[in-house]
Amino acid sequence: MRNELRRLIFLLLPAGIFFAAFFLLPMARLFFIGGSGKTGWAAYAAILTEANYFSSLLSTLAVAAATTAATLVISGIAGVFLQRNRFPGNGMLVAMLTFPLAFPGVVIGFMVIMLAGRQGLIGQITQALTGEKLVFAYTLSGLFMGYVYFSIPRTILTVMAAAEKLDPKLEEAARSLGASPWRVVLDVIIPGLKPAFISAGAICFATAVGAFGTAFTLAAKIDVLPMVIYTEFTLSANIAMAAALSFVLGAVTWVVLALARTAAGSSVAAAG
Amino acid sequence: MKRRGLFLLQLGFTLFVCAFLIVPMILSIMAGLTVNYFVGIESGLTVRWVMEVWNGYRDTIFLSIGLSLACLAATLVLGIPAAYVLAKRQTALTRAIEELLVMPVAVPGLATALALIVTYGTLSGFRTSWAFILVGHVLFTLPFMVRSVLAVLMAIDLKTLEEGAASLGAGFWERFRDIVLPNCRQGILAGSLMVVTLSMGEFNMTWLLHTPFTKTLPVGLADAYASLRLEIGSAYTLVFFVMIMPLLLAMQAFAKPRPAKFVAEETE
Amino acid sequence: MTDTGKPVSIALANCAKTFADGTKALEPLDLAIHAGETVVFLGPSGCGKTTTLRIIAGLEEPDAGGKVLFDGVDVTHLPIEQRNVGMVFQSYALFPNMTVAGNVGYGLRIRKVPDAQVKARVSEMLAMMQITRLADRRIDQLSGGQRQRVALARAIAVRPRALLLDEPLTALDAKLRDTLRLDIDSLLRSLGITAIYVTHDQAEAMALGDRIVVMEHGRVAQIGKPREIYQQPATRFVADFIGTMNRLTGATDGGVFRCKAGIVPWSEAPATATEILFRPEDIRVAESGETANLQGKVASAFFLGDRTRLFVDVGEERPLVIESTARRDFQHGEAVGLAIDPRGLLVL
Repeated sequence: MRNELRRLIFLLLPAGIFFAAFFLLPMARLFFIGGSGKTGWAAYAAILTEANYFSSLLSTLAVAAATTAATLVISGIAGVFLQRNRFPGNGMLVAMLTFPLAFPGVVIGFMVIMLAGRQGLIGQITQALTGEKLVFAYTLSGLFMGYVYFSIPRTILTVMAAAEKLDPKLEEAARSLGASPWRVVLDVIIPGLKPAFISAGAICFATAVGAFGTAFTLAAKIDVLPMVIYTEFTLSANIAMAAALSFVLGAVTWVVLALARTAAGSSVAAAG
Repeated sequence: MKRRGLFLLQLGFTLFVCAFLIVPMILSIMAGLTVNYFVGIESGLTVRWVMEVWNGYRDTIFLSIGLSLACLAATLVLGIPAAYVLAKRQTALTRAIEELLVMPVAVPGLATALALIVTYGTLSGFRTSWAFILVGHVLFTLPFMVRSVLAVLMAIDLKTLEEGAASLGAGFWERFRDIVLPNCRQGILAGSLMVVTLSMGEFNMTWLLHTPFTKTLPVGLADAYASLRLEIGSAYTLVFFVMIMPLLLAMQAFAKPRPAKFVAEETE
Repeated sequence: MTDTGKPVSIALANCAKTFADGTKALEPLDLAIHAGETVVFLGPSGCGKTTTLRIIAGLEEPDAGGKVLFDGVDVTHLPIEQRNVGMVFQSYALFPNMTVAGNVGYGLRIRKVPDAQVKARVSEMLAMMQITRLADRRIDQLSGGQRQRVALARAIAVRPRALLLDEPLTALDAKLRDTLRLDIDSLLRSLGITAIYVTHDQAEAMALGDRIVVMEHGRVAQIGKPREIYQQPATRFVADFIGTMNRLTGATDGGVFRCKAGIVPWSEAPATATEILFRPEDIRVAESGETANLQGKVASAFFLGDRTRLFVDVGEERPLVIESTARRDFQHGEAVGLAIDPRGLLVL
C-alpha cells in the first residue's frame, strides 16, 4: 500500500511543479520586488498613505461594492423568478442571461460604449426624450454598468442553483401562518438564499476589484486600482510600486474569497 | 389577481435585464455589418468590415485558437491526474492543495502576469514566445478542469470500482485507463469546454504578457477599440461572437441535468 | 471444463488490524478455512468481519506479524490483483462504462485471454446466472437483483481460487433476498469453491454456512457449525445475537430449577446456576390436560400467519418469547401454562 502513496505523489507532481514554478515562485518574487523600490517596504503601506493610491483604492472598492449590491438584487429577482416559474421561453431567457459568461472585459467595455458612449443607444434615447444626450461610458458609472453586465451571468447561475434547493415546504409553512408574499420573501426566501448570496457576492466583489479589461477599454479618466497598477508599470516604469500594489490587490481578493468560502461552501469563479 | 400582477412585474423586470444584456450585442453585430453605423441599417449590409478584420487581424484569430487548444492539452495532462489524487485522498493537505490551485483565479490576472514578467521576463526567448501567454492561460484554467473532473469523480464510488477492477486482476494503469478515465468523461468534456472558452476570452493576463508578435484575439480587440473605428471594432467583435457562441451553446447544453433512472425489480 | 480453479485452503495467522487513526478493527486472529468450505463471518457492524474479509482479499494488510496463507503459501504481501480471488461487493462495484457482457468479461480481458474464449466464457456465465438476455444492457438499466447476478458472474468468470462476498444481499429487499439466498446457496454448492461470506443477517449465515464465525468487537466469539452455534452458544453475546433467547432467573434445587413462575425439572442443572436459557421453540403453551411447569400472563400476541408469537410475562425482567401454532387467538392478559423441553436448556 506504500506503492499507492508514491503513485499519487507522482500523479500530482506535474501540476505541482508547474504551479510552483509559474505561480508560487513568481508571486514570491513579486512580493520582494514590491519591497525593493525607492521607498523600500513602505511601498506596501503606500496604498493607504499616498493620497492618489488611496483614492483609487476607494473608487475601486466603491464600484465593486455598488456592483455587488446591484447584481445581487437583479440576479436575485430574475434568478428566483426564472427558477420558479415554468413558462414557454423560460429556457431561452436563461440562455440569454448566461450568455455573456465568458466575454472578456474588453468586449464588455465595448458593449458599454455601444450603450452609453457618444453614439450610444442611451444617448440617442435621452436625446429624443429630453433633448440632452446622456453619455457616461467613460466615467465610473459606465464602469459600474459594465461590471454589472458581466457579473449578472455569473451570479444568476449560482442563485438559480440555490433557489432550486429551497424547500417549498418552508414557504408553505410561512403562508399557513399568515405571512404575505412579501414577508415570505423577506423571512424565508432571502435567508434561505443567504449562502448563495454570500458566495456569489464575494466572487462578484473580488472580480470587480481585480477587473482590468473593461476599465482599460473605457480608459480616459477612470482611476481604479488595476488601471493605476498598469500605468505605474507601463508608463512610469515604476515596477516596484506596481508589484507592491498588485500584490496587495491579489491578497485582498484572495482573502475576500477565502472568507466567503468558509461562510458559504464551495463556489465557481471566472474571469474579469 | 395579485399573484398575476406580481408575475408580470417580475417577468417584465427579467425581460428588461435580458434586453440590457442582449441589445448591445445586437447593436454591435449590426454595427459590424452595416455600411454606415451612423446612418443605420438603411445604408445597407456589407461584409466589408469583416473582410478588413480578417485581413488585418487574421493572425490573432489563429493564435487564439492555437492557444486554447494548447491550453486544453496542458490542462488535460496536468489536471486529470491531479483531480484523481484529490478524489482519492480527502485530507487537510489535499484540501490545501485545492485551495492553492484556485489562487490564480482568485488573484487578479494583472498580478499573476506581473509576477510572471518579473520572474521570467529576462529569458527573452521565453518572454517573446506564445508559450509565455500559454503559461498564464494554463494557470488560470487549470482549476476549472480539476474542479470539473473532481466533481464527477466524487459522485461515483471510485474506491469500490477500483477495488472491483483490482479484484479481477487489473493493475493501477489498467484501472486508470479502463475505469477512471471512462467514468469521468462528462467532467472532462465539461472542463474542456470551459477551458477553451476561458482561454479564448482571456485578456487581463494576456494584455501584459503579449508582444506585438503574439497577439491574441482579445488583445486585437483592444487594439481595434483603441483605434476608435467603430465599424472595425464591431466587425471584430462579431468575429469573436461567432467563434465563442458555439462553445457557449455547447456549455449550456451540457449543463442540463440528466434525470436519474429507477429500475424496478422484475418478477422473473 | 471446470467452472472454477482448484479450491484453495486459506489460513490466517495472528492477523490483527489497526487503522491509521488508531482504531483497532481486529484483534489478533487465527483461522483455518478448508478448501471448498463456505465460511460465514457473522456479527453486528463494527465487529471486524469486513476487515477480515478484506485482509483475506488483499485489500488491506494485517498489522506486522500477521500472515495470510493460501494453500500454505504466504500471500500476505501480495496485492489483490495477484491473488486470483473473486470478490462480490456490497454495492456490486459494476463498471458503469461497460455493458453487462463487458463487465463479466473484464477479468478475462485483463488476463489477455483471446477474444473468442472471452466471448464463450461470458456466455457461459450469463447462462449460469440466467441473465443472458441482459448481455448488452448498461448497468444503470438493471434492477438490484440483476446487478447482483452480474456481480457474481463477473467474479466467477475468471475461475478464482476463492469467492469472497461482502454482504451481497444487504442492499436488496426482503423477498428478493430470500430468493437470491437460495440461488447463491446452490451456486456455491455446485461450484465447490472455497467461499467466504460476510453478513450481519443470522438467518443468511445459518442457511449458507458450513461453518459460522461469530465476531464481536474485533474478536471471534465462536466458530462452529450452524447447529452448534444455535444450540450451544459459547457466550451470552452469541446466544443473543443468533435467534432469540429466553431466560429465567432462580436457583437450582436438587434436580429442578426454581424460578418465580414455577419449577422446571432439569436433572442436569448445574448446582451454581442462577439463570437458565432456552430458545422459543423449546417452550410451549401447555394444552388442557398437560402439566405446566410455569404460569404466566400473555403480554402481547402477534399473529404472523404461520404461527403466533407470544410475549408472556413470568415475573422476569423480560417476557418470554414463545412461538405457538395453536389455531386460536390469545387475549391480552390471558393466563397460560407453559411446558419446557429440558433438552434445550442452557447455562452460560
